[in-house]
Amino acid sequence: MNLDGLTPAPSQVWGAIRLVPLLRAQPLTDLRLHREVYEQTPYGVVRLNDGTAYTSYIPHGLVASFTRDGGPAVAYGTQIVEPDRPVRCCPVRFHRRMVRRGDRGRVRFFPLHLAMEGYLALHFGGPSVIWEEWSQRAVRQGLSPRTEQAYTGGEVEGLRDALRIFEIHPGQCGVLVYAADALAAAFVVPHPDDYRVLHATLLQDMYGELIHHYAVYGGPVPEFTARLDAGGVRSLDDLRAAARAQEREWAAFHDSTMAAGLPDETYTYDRQRRMGRYDLVRFRPPFERQREQHIGEAITGRDGRLAYLKTFRLSENQVRRGHLLTTLAAHDWHIGAAAEAFGCTHEELVRRIGRLGFGELVQQHVRDHAHRRGGA
Amino acid sequence: MDTRANLVAAEDVLFFVNAAITSTGQREFRSDAAEQRMSLQFLHAYVQGNYRELYAATLALDINDHNAALIIHRLLADTAGISPGQRRTEGRLIARRLAAMPPQRVYRLFARLRTAKVNNRRTRAIMRDWLAARPDPAFDAVKYRSGVKTAARHAHLPTRGELGDFLFAPRARTRYDHPLLDTYRRARYTQAALYELPFTVAEGFAAKHRIPRRVFLDRIAPGMTRLERLRLQESAREARAGEVAADLGRMPLTRLASYVLALPLDTRAARRAELTAALRTAARRAAGDRAGTWGPTAAVLDDSFSTAGSTQKRRRPLAVALAAHYLLAALAPRHRTLWTSGRTDELLLYPYGPTPLGLRILDALEPAPERLVIVSDGWDNAPPGLAGEVLRAWRERLDPEERTAVVHLNPVYDADAFDVHRLSPAVPTAGIRDAEDLPALVELAAFATGRTGPAELRAHLDRRVARFLEDPR
Repeated sequence: MNLDGLTPAPSQVWGAIRLVPLLRAQPLTDLRLHREVYEQTPYGVVRLNDGTAYTSYIPHGLVASFTRDGGPAVAYGTQIVEPDRPVRCCPVRFHRRMVRRGDRGRVRFFPLHLAMEGYLALHFGGPSVIWEEWSQRAVRQGLSPRTEQAYTGGEVEGLRDALRIFEIHPGQCGVLVYAADALAAAFVVPHPDDYRVLHATLLQDMYGELIHHYAVYGGPVPEFTARLDAGGVRSLDDLRAAARAQEREWAAFHDSTMAAGLPDETYTYDRQRRMGRYDLVRFRPPFERQREQHIGEAITGRDGRLAYLKTFRLSENQVRRGHLLTTLAAHDWHIGAAAEAFGCTHEELVRRIGRLGFGELVQQHVRDHAHRRGGA
Repeated sequence: MDTRANLVAAEDVLFFVNAAITSTGQREFRSDAAEQRMSLQFLHAYVQGNYRELYAATLALDINDHNAALIIHRLLADTAGISPGQRRTEGRLIARRLAAMPPQRVYRLFARLRTAKVNNRRTRAIMRDWLAARPDPAFDAVKYRSGVKTAARHAHLPTRGELGDFLFAPRARTRYDHPLLDTYRRARYTQAALYELPFTVAEGFAAKHRIPRRVFLDRIAPGMTRLERLRLQESAREARAGEVAADLGRMPLTRLASYVLALPLDTRAARRAELTAALRTAARRAAGDRAGTWGPTAAVLDDSFSTAGSTQKRRRPLAVALAAHYLLAALAPRHRTLWTSGRTDELLLYPYGPTPLGLRILDALEPAPERLVIVSDGWDNAPPGLAGEVLRAWRERLDPEERTAVVHLNPVYDADAFDVHRLSPAVPTAGIRDAEDLPALVELAAFATGRTGPAELRAHLDRRVARFLEDPR
């Protein structure tokens, strides 16, 4: 996965938050945000009705009236659908206080503690082979309800203001959010109009505790200001060339250095759905420790072009948990085999499962046994 | 040592003047009202404490009324240890400034003085003199009733006779000899009487008598002030009160620009000829006898998303830029405007996109104009800092003899930096509140480069003070 076709424009900085706009020279017109989403915005559906056929996508957690009865429903998992086909969603009933006046005419995401759980459940199904150690609960319900700690964008220091004062570029189709220059989230859509509709929803997105802490303690990050070498300038054209060179330098620096942690070939990609020219993939990292890693969803074209991308940055603790779960999954959830892979004993692995917060999944007597053997 | 201190003083005062021109203590795009106020309070306390003389002298400059009121308040509240000469100058400056301020602001200042319990002899004398100079006390008593009452109480003014009864014992008389006071009394019972009252007062009575908005607006229209008329243009149109329609060309330029930018795009397109003509007329009037006297001029004007201002100052930075465009076109026959977004139809502008100031400045410098005016909040972000670099390189390498005079005018006060955001040390930056002040600011901006010494600045201030005090305006 790469950002081909997307050019980073100069970043805009507010406090510890750096937002890097991504521009598309040619917007994709045959994949657009679902019309239900447009219907609730002031932009209306007018912009979509240019007669061309297109496929729709719906970001995970987006609330719109997808159902027949017109009540609000939340999309479960990012989807690509033919227009006017039913959407996989759960109807939701909002508490009266949650539907505030300001929310009308604004695209809205589901409250994120719920969306987050669903998200992780999507990625980790739970034991596929029922070894005797796994508890009934783990077998029946998998890892859900699995809660991960996450913060909404509103809780991330400075993000609200950074998004409010951000000046959207013409042709902008995405943004990279950095907190204290750590990549917090990548967000790409196919069309600039979609981006305008979804820009403010970045605030309702979830961010891991790493990003939350970086934003609080990271302090203001510097602007990458332009530097011109006036020495060789003899005419206005020289000056203009020097200014253009600055833009190219920034783009190269950003792609090679700042966005180096984006998903690469070590990631696991699961194709969820294929529709028209587009594939919906869900990806997860190799869960190597001490490395920047993201989970997320993407829609890519047949030609490899990235149409949609949304990532969530994992914290070190989450990476450890992911590492454990993927290793278990790789060994068909057999604890003995997994322990061998980890190079530890059966009991040590059970204790580690408990420490990382999955204790509930293991039968009580197995846990007790491991504890006794551990002498703790 | 002494010259160094002087330089610092000159710099501080310029900071302060920029703040006092731009900030109104209201919310801006990047900072909220509380931040603006706190920042402004600090600057006021700092300048007053260190350079009291200069602090008072800034009253003679084109600072906004909010800051003028703050300065007067602080000068009156703190009188300890100043020489009689300084006291006299301050008194004259204050009196002169109060005379130039809109009365509602002065009454609000008096009320604040009362809340702060500032009631020294000088304050009372200044209030008394200002009230005595009001052309029609009865009119004030009707239009600014609570203001007059507060001022009269606070300054211990004798209010005998009719006016005293009107303010403090309204039921004591069954009729008044003064026609306006009597109209006010009758307006409680007679609908016809309220149309002789000032608009703001009549509005209350109209609500009391449940007069339909359209009828009320049509009949009160001749009594409206110019700005009331402008303010009510659109709501009167909705109420279909045709009488309120005004000759827009008579309106102040920046206000008119604000009005135009508040209209929906379709309306602007439909009324293009009328609006353009009005803006041109207002600009020609603002240019006065300077019209057509400037050489080839270029302007880089900011219409990026940040010119949306705030809910309190809606599209103010963009309005200033739009007004500047028309004013410059009136001042310089050969003028070219470049908007940062690259749009060319200035009537259909709205805040949009990033601020690629650097590249636009390059375009503007191409034909080597005599003067380059930049109106922007100075947050150059595409890429950041390019404007400053371009201007520096241009000055160093291509135009060391300064054939092109560059000036940056900034309508937004940056609360964190205690100054307006600057583009480059090579280019003077000055705060701007109304585009009408642009010619004066362009001339004054020379001080802001720091190349002009503090002695010149002081001399300039003295000249301005002298002119301000003798101006019989």
